[in-house]
Amino acid sequence: MNSPPSAEPLLQLQDVSVAYPTASGAAVPVVRGVNLQLAPGEILGLAGESGCGKTQLLLSIIGLNGPHAQLHGSVRYRGQELLASPLAELNRVRGARIAMVFQDPATALNPYLSIGRQLGEVLRFHGGVSGREARERACEMLEAVQVGDPRRRLQQYPHELSGGMRQRVVIAMALMASPEILLADEPTTALDVTVQSQILRLLRELRERHGIALLLVSHDMGVIAELADRVAVMYAGRIVEQAGIDTLFEQPRHPYTEALQLCVPSLAGPLPQRLPSIPGAPPDPAALAPGCAFAPRCAYRLALCEQHPPELLEAEPGHWKACHYDQPLGRLRDALT
Amino acid sequence: MRSAVLSRLLAQPLTRIAASVLAAIVLAALLVPWLSPYDSYTPDFALLAHAPMLGGAHVLGTDPLGRDLLVRVMWGCRISLAIGVVATLMSVLIGVSWGAIAGYAGGTTDQLMMRVVDVLYSVPFVPFVIVLTVLFGRGLWLIFLAIGAVSWLDIARIVRGQTLSLKQREFIEAARIGGVHGLGMIRRHIVPNLLGIVAVYATLTIPAVILFEALLSFLGMGVQSPMASLGSLVADGASDMQSHPHLLIVPAAFLTAIIYAFNYLGDGLRKALDPRGQR
Amino acid sequence: MSSAAPARSLLRVTGLSVSYRVRVGRGRAALLHAVRDVSFELESGQTLGIVGESGSGKSSIARALLRLIPASSGQACFDGQDLLQLQGAPLQRMRRSLQLIFQDPLASLDPRMSAEEAVSEPLRVFEPALSAAERSARTLAMLEAVGLSARYLHRLPHELSGGQAQRIAIARALIVRPRLLFCDEPLSSLDVSIKSQIANLLMQLQAQLGLSMVFISHDLAAVRFACSRVLVLYLGRVMELADRDALFSAARHPYTRALLQSAPLPDPRLVRQRPAAALGGEIPSPLAPPSGCVFRTRCPHAIDRCAAQIPALRRVGDSLVACHRAEEIAAATLTSCAPPGR
Repeated sequence: MNSPPSAEPLLQLQDVSVAYPTASGAAVPVVRGVNLQLAPGEILGLAGESGCGKTQLLLSIIGLNGPHAQLHGSVRYRGQELLASPLAELNRVRGARIAMVFQDPATALNPYLSIGRQLGEVLRFHGGVSGREARERACEMLEAVQVGDPRRRLQQYPHELSGGMRQRVVIAMALMASPEILLADEPTTALDVTVQSQILRLLRELRERHGIALLLVSHDMGVIAELADRVAVMYAGRIVEQAGIDTLFEQPRHPYTEALQLCVPSLAGPLPQRLPSIPGAPPDPAALAPGCAFAPRCAYRLALCEQHPPELLEAEPGHWKACHYDQPLGRLRDALT
Repeated sequence: MRSAVLSRLLAQPLTRIAASVLAAIVLAALLVPWLSPYDSYTPDFALLAHAPMLGGAHVLGTDPLGRDLLVRVMWGCRISLAIGVVATLMSVLIGVSWGAIAGYAGGTTDQLMMRVVDVLYSVPFVPFVIVLTVLFGRGLWLIFLAIGAVSWLDIARIVRGQTLSLKQREFIEAARIGGVHGLGMIRRHIVPNLLGIVAVYATLTIPAVILFEALLSFLGMGVQSPMASLGSLVADGASDMQSHPHLLIVPAAFLTAIIYAFNYLGDGLRKALDPRGQR
Repeated sequence: MSSAAPARSLLRVTGLSVSYRVRVGRGRAALLHAVRDVSFELESGQTLGIVGESGSGKSSIARALLRLIPASSGQACFDGQDLLQLQGAPLQRMRRSLQLIFQDPLASLDPRMSAEEAVSEPLRVFEPALSAAERSARTLAMLEAVGLSARYLHRLPHELSGGQAQRIAIARALIVRPRLLFCDEPLSSLDVSIKSQIANLLMQLQAQLGLSMVFISHDLAAVRFACSRVLVLYLGRVMELADRDALFSAARHPYTRALLQSAPLPDPRLVRQRPAAALGGEIPSPLAPPSGCVFRTRCPHAIDRCAAQIPALRRVGDSLVACHRAEEIAAATLTSCAPPGR
């Protein structure tokens, strides 16, 4: 494999679409033409509500959408096309170079195998190392994810561990083959707040120490704010806004992003009588309107929005948005006070 | 939702065939008194134990008494299907009530009720029926009773198990907060949510009951002549098997077809009701 | 509707304990103390928040008071009667005054019942004399009160979105005009954009109907928005009980402080200003709770005394706190542990 120029992103998604066929015949699009880049060592947050396609987008990177999914576009890892790869090649990249951490640690581990065995298997599959080496590496990784007394843990089974400990093991498993990219799908949603903050801290340290790039999917803007360098906000299968973390939170340019930030109650600041809210519900991907998918719920809707879907354009360097409305936002914030 | 199940059911080709075969047999059995020029008792002395003959007076031949075999078999289907359906309905009624009450009540009530089921399970069936016939004489009602007494046990066990898991569901808790309790809970929330699995199981119980009845009739403890069920026709045919094989083959073929069709239907129903079976 | 004097307490719970017999390993049983010696009062028209992580026993409190699970000891005085002692007909009558909204609205609705049947069911039970016409009129009015239209009457749960199903669940709970509404994580399973709709709806209905609420949640920000008083629970015990403003501006208990520090902040600048959260470890198994103060194994301020003696709930400043060192900790950290304002 030729080594790519350093300017090239680690992971590049171009015009990725995912659709699922239905009984009635027409395919339902769940991801619609997404472009994304991930630089080495970067943490990119992917925010959105359930059903917006964020998990499907994540799965398309490692080809786990299932046999019925119709995938289009291009996913390149260091210049190597993954979407069109034969399975064997994909398997070499998947797990070894790009690893995944799932939402629920309880189901991500096999209940009948010891922790040591499950960690070791990753290496045996990808690296062809001896059992002893695998065990050494497993110990190292458990230490890296701050699991105390790793040698004893190797003998234990998933049910003997607490929820937070299990998620650490799942992360250790993902790290076994020293990947460059970690895909994390709601890694803390199943955990308690105090444990969540531990896991978030751990992920931050992994990036600092091992330079691992992280694609973090979450519905919780709080979790994204804690971790990400850059954020892409998804709605109805599309990216509607993408910017650096500070810019996105200080100056959101898409009405949906603004609403996502303001409609959750906060721990600080004045207490509103009513929370600002987005009317209606997220659209059904099988019945999308022709224009902007957010238009029916949008406080800034223009006549144009219902006919033409806005393209994702660079509003200012590094800040992309897909919205026809060009004035500064703030209506929701004003409604608060 | 119900129509979705039906369309999923009929989307399976084997089930569609099974349903059509069954519908044809049921229809013919119901309409036989009006469709056929013969009745099942009057002998045709000109043609005793006649072999089947296409285009002849008796398409499937006659029995040694000269009665039309097709008509006899259709009447046999009538009796067998009636026993199958009525006994199954009975066992569904008893089994669902018993199982749902035991499962919902729990504790000692559950223990007692299920031990009764265990005891009945261990009663050897054929000797039990022999004792019954000795005590009460033979007859159709006895068959209902005997089969009914046994076939509800499985349903009760299945329903109890399902009830135990339903009881853990949040909507049952929500109903309790809404003031629903006791039999009202069983009637309004437990039983309606059991109907899917009960429908599957009932469809599979009908052929089992028909087979049971055939066994009893074959042993001479079932339906009495001149009335005929498929079982008694098979028994009659078996005695003349060497000289007139069609007397055995025709009723046996119908019996097999009915049981096969019900089994496929039940299987199809299970697949149609299972949401994971989709795609 | 309610003519109770504002200061009178509607519900007074004293010494509530709940324990389950659970199976550990083969055939052996153990007693799991889910709730231990919990006391609180709820004034009419107020909302009490119960905060805690999973396994803290917060749902068990609600379920014991609603008589869905047995309490092992304690009293719950509601309307002059002890909720925990009621049996038979009086219990059935009392059920009407106490309703519950669940976390997962889809699981809490019977999958075979239409919205109309689900909402009208409690009416059918508690007001059997009502005519069918009156019942359907009340059902429709209730549906409209939660922001749905007649269009939804015949929908089955699987034809509803999460937010719509939660509205149906709220309508079902409120149609019999309860006086006390328990909400068990009513927002947790909803999408971000739906959460605020439902939170606003609950607040609005509470004001309209003069409801009192017990709001159970692990989400501190939601509790801050919805509740006037907050109870912090850890391993079945009360750690701190205080008015909202006192709790969020000057939390006294180390656990409350840790919770506040751990909550993710939807603002990257605040994240950077905040001190690194110090709380390690996880909630211990309730089958083997630590001796003394249950929080001591994770507490940065724990001393020997904490292992030996269970701290009593006592008044410190504006709060009731169960911590031996509450005064020292308050003196040492004058600044509030709440995140700085925007």
